[in-house]
Amino acid sequence: MKKLQILGTGCAKCKKLAENTEAAAKEAGIEYEIVKVTELREIMGFGVMTTPALVVDGKVKVAGRVPEVSELKTLIG
Amino acid sequence: MSDEQDIVNPENASAERNLLRHLAWMAFALAAWWMIYTRLAPVSKWVTYSLLGLPRGTVLSAVNGQPWICECISGLPKDAPLSAAVEFFVFEVPKVLMLLTLIVFGVGILRSFFTPERTRKLLAGRREFPGNVLAAALGVVTPFCSCSAVPLFIGFVTAGVPLGVTFSFLISAPMVNEIALVLLYGLFGWKVAALYMGTGLTIAVSAGWVIGRLRLERHVEDWVYAVPVGDDPEAEGAMTWIDRIDQGVVAVRDIVGRVWPYVILGIAVGAGIHGYVPQDFMASIMGRDAWWSVPLAVLIGIPMYSNAAGIIPVVQALLGKGAALGTVLAFMMAVIGLSLPEMIILRKVLKPALIAVFVSVVGCGILIVGYLFNMVF
Repeated sequence: MKKLQILGTGCAKCKKLAENTEAAAKEAGIEYEIVKVTELREIMGFGVMTTPALVVDGKVKVAGRVPEVSELKTLIG
Repeated sequence: MSDEQDIVNPENASAERNLLRHLAWMAFALAAWWMIYTRLAPVSKWVTYSLLGLPRGTVLSAVNGQPWICECISGLPKDAPLSAAVEFFVFEVPKVLMLLTLIVFGVGILRSFFTPERTRKLLAGRREFPGNVLAAALGVVTPFCSCSAVPLFIGFVTAGVPLGVTFSFLISAPMVNEIALVLLYGLFGWKVAALYMGTGLTIAVSAGWVIGRLRLERHVEDWVYAVPVGDDPEAEGAMTWIDRIDQGVVAVRDIVGRVWPYVILGIAVGAGIHGYVPQDFMASIMGRDAWWSVPLAVLIGIPMYSNAAGIIPVVQALLGKGAALGTVLAFMMAVIGLSLPEMIILRKVLKPALIAVFVSVVGCGILIVGYLFNMVF
């Protein structure tokens, strides 16, 4: 089970990243769980300064941009 | 790894081929860009006068009895207003969009070298004045979105970047950016663009320095310094040149895709002014003789929020109608650099006193710029 965390305080790009990540995870056919992290202190705890960011199993994979579904697939796979 | 291994490694060879393909595409796109860009002026003339068949409005065509020829004063050839407006529009829209595409692509590649994490590392523990200068300069090339202002602020301050240096970055990042510079260059020439960049950076450096001198650290919300900051994640590992070129393409798609309607709107407004609005229309209200116009422009501009692409149409309209350059630049800087929504976001980390200082120091800087330009030009 992959833990996919979307870091962001709720801007439009954060939602887009969540959507793309969900689509990528489904395409990859893996078992996953998506968690949205909106609390600023928690976000900062990952050392991320630009939102939105994607964290896969505790590791920051993307920060400050919204990759395409195809790129996300390789990042979470 | 030895050279021999490099050659036999099939993955390396395919990466190299891939890079060559990227470079070939880039060279081709650049050549095509240049071919089109250098031919825009004659083509726009051809579209206006041959394809659309609009009158040239010179003295010669007065023979045809066109009504707008009455505008000709003292028999000098003068374009008919509609033709002038159409030619301006047909020429400027592709010109500005093409410039924007090229610059955004270049800046996109440049920005792949300057992540906020790296910028923070460069700024941590800097001494004040050089730190302010470096922060303002990095503000131009580091990707920035106002929705990230708060995490950036916390990330900088907790990593040991001095408060004033952090502010220099936060002022320059939204105000001096490639979109503003391209639009100013495209519509008003390189002098106005350079002036804007120079004064924007000066304000960022000096306002940040003043805020640093005032020792306002205690006006930062206490919890900010208590945030447990994770280690620099080095999120995406080493980037290859292919990744960087792709970043440039993504930037073009994202930024040009977002701002093109504003650009067209701005040029349409400009075209209308170019053809129809009498010069000096705004001169009495926003001209250099009205001393109160600069503070008024700043006061109106501060609560307003718009990005560079949205405000340029207004700037063009004002300048075209005879408003003074300093007043208009002050207005533009106040709108882009200071905004109510940004203050509300920053309130999460700054106490009201510090926000008030921030607004008034930057506001004063903008005022000085406005007066200075009205005096010089």
